[in-house]
Amino acid sequence: MNVSIQPIDNRQIALLERLSNAIAVSGDEREVRAIIAQEIETQVDDFKVDALGNILAVRKSKAKDPLRVMVAAHMDEIGFMLVEDEDGGWFRFETVGGIDSRQLVGKPVLVGKEHLAGVIGARPIHLTTAEERQNVIPMDQLRIDLGPENAKKVKPGDRAGFATRFLQVGPSLMGKALDNRLGVATLIELVKNPPENVELLAAFTVQEEVGLRGARVAAYALNPQVAIAVDSTPANDLPDYDGEENTRYNTRLGAGPAIYVADIGTLSDPRLVRHLAQTGDALHIPYQFRQPGGGGTDAGAIHRQREGIPVVSVSVPGRYAHTAVMVARLEDWQNTLALLYHSLARLSPAVLAESR
Amino acid sequence: MKALIQKLVETFGPSGYESAVRDLIQTEVANFADEVRTDALGNLIVRKGKQVKDGKRIMLAAHMDEIGLIATHIDEKGFVRFTTIGGIRAHTMFGGRVRFVTGVAGVIGGERLENPEKVHGIDKLFIDVGATSKADCPVRIGDVAGFDRPFLDLGKRLVAKSMDDRVAVAILIESLRQLKKSPHELYFVFTTQEEVGVRGAVTAAYGIDPELGIAVDVTLCGDTPKGNKMAVSLGKGPAIKVKDSGMIADPKVVGWMCATAEKAAIPYQLEVLEGGSTDARAMQISRAGVPAGCLSVPCRYVHSPSEMVDFEDVQYSVALLVEMLKYPVNGS
Repeated sequence: MNVSIQPIDNRQIALLERLSNAIAVSGDEREVRAIIAQEIETQVDDFKVDALGNILAVRKSKAKDPLRVMVAAHMDEIGFMLVEDEDGGWFRFETVGGIDSRQLVGKPVLVGKEHLAGVIGARPIHLTTAEERQNVIPMDQLRIDLGPENAKKVKPGDRAGFATRFLQVGPSLMGKALDNRLGVATLIELVKNPPENVELLAAFTVQEEVGLRGARVAAYALNPQVAIAVDSTPANDLPDYDGEENTRYNTRLGAGPAIYVADIGTLSDPRLVRHLAQTGDALHIPYQFRQPGGGGTDAGAIHRQREGIPVVSVSVPGRYAHTAVMVARLEDWQNTLALLYHSLARLSPAVLAESR
Repeated sequence: MKALIQKLVETFGPSGYESAVRDLIQTEVANFADEVRTDALGNLIVRKGKQVKDGKRIMLAAHMDEIGLIATHIDEKGFVRFTTIGGIRAHTMFGGRVRFVTGVAGVIGGERLENPEKVHGIDKLFIDVGATSKADCPVRIGDVAGFDRPFLDLGKRLVAKSMDDRVAVAILIESLRQLKKSPHELYFVFTTQEEVGVRGAVTAAYGIDPELGIAVDVTLCGDTPKGNKMAVSLGKGPAIKVKDSGMIADPKVVGWMCATAEKAAIPYQLEVLEGGSTDARAMQISRAGVPAGCLSVPCRYVHSPSEMVDFEDVQYSVALLVEMLKYPVNGS
């Protein structure tokens, strides 16, 4: 299909596996930051970690007056924070980022720097009434159970993530935090193999899941001419509900990268939406438009910085986002990387010269 | 001025898709501006004059965008499901006519109403563009539509789909034309994406770095049967904003606006809006902070396809703005 972007190979899948298994709950992104640094630090012209913990890496271009393009992927994931030691091995905890508390009961988690094993417990079926089982178990009745020994090694404020281990199953990728390790892995590949025409300003951002906080300062610092957020977005793609057509699928697995026109925080620059679609059409890279609606990406913070920055977002679709396991397709990841690479390679100031 | 308002309100311009409005304004202001530019988010920035002694760098903002719809799904029979751009309540939509950015027109229909007492949510409504299947539907996901409704001149009162905020755009254009001399460096800014959360004004204010900011926008009224409990009415003059849910206007700016109106014998009302905000919010918290206020045009039926203003209020708004900008600003 194209020469510059090779199919995703086992080395890249192994990197995604490491990224997925690492734990980087918002505000404590060290593990993922360390993996990224190891992968790209020697390959970029400038590398720094800013005050909030964002990685800002620059790949210069030999072209004259290259467009300065920021590509952002958030490193953080949803998870938990210990709130109170209740002695005997239990901790009361809070969620970090958007988590449906119905997803939590019985899930194994890894706690603190040492990844100590814990489980989110609740009373079992034997000891609950039929009436109780009709209701969601409120957060204040859930505990992370670490056992008495390990509970001494952690403290309130420590974070915990789902304990899910990454798996490749046929065409599918299953793991926790694929939102947004798929984006991180994609951006690492772009940094290693950048299009020659643009100055690539790579931002691996922090605290996206708690309100696009890292991207805001990253965009201010990088001050790009154009920006693209690379993320992961839910696919809710059952064919129908109750015999009726599913009109609220958001995206579909296997249909290619999801281009954003509008979400809760951003109206994508229509010129960039057109540019991505035209690139996909010209090179026969499949893509889909994400259904406009809720949700958001780092683009929501980026476009408002300084005198304004034209933005668009592209996401790898995945089922069951913000739960203990997400399911994505290798081909969608491959096509996301290809669409981004070629869209950047074909991006010129002429795209932004037309009236918005 | 009614002709200018008519042209502006009948032009397509939902948030993010303001280019037709911008083109129209550019034509209207061309002979009165010293500099015209468009920034990265599409804000149209029109400068008039240079700062002289006692003058200030002042940003005046009126947003170009209007509420609209965006297609989310085309079903097997060619019906278009949609979501809103900006705050629109479902009960204002059924039976409405819309036009897409591509020119395609349609009407808003809905699923059968089981209980007429209970209005459908937006997820039960759809746009019918006359297609018979997905294959012959000319709309695709992400296409943006605006309400389609002609301007209505009732004499004293004017009605249109996008009076919010084209009436203020007209007020800024008319003020620019009437203002012969000013000590200030004036930036007439026609902003984008206000209806989705005051986005364009954020970057415009950063770029201009003003010393004083005034937004012109519509506000709600409390003068209709069992309406809002609010002390603003049509026909009692422009409203000087004291507070809304996003901004407390600088008291010195409020005082200056009131004093100017009183001196020029222009009727005015004071406004406290309990929900909503304007571009003034973005200006006020830009960079190291900017004294800001807002001149509001009272408007009935805001965010419906028939928003109503009083023409005298509009003319008084122009008069007040021109009076405010003619002379040095004292004490702020």
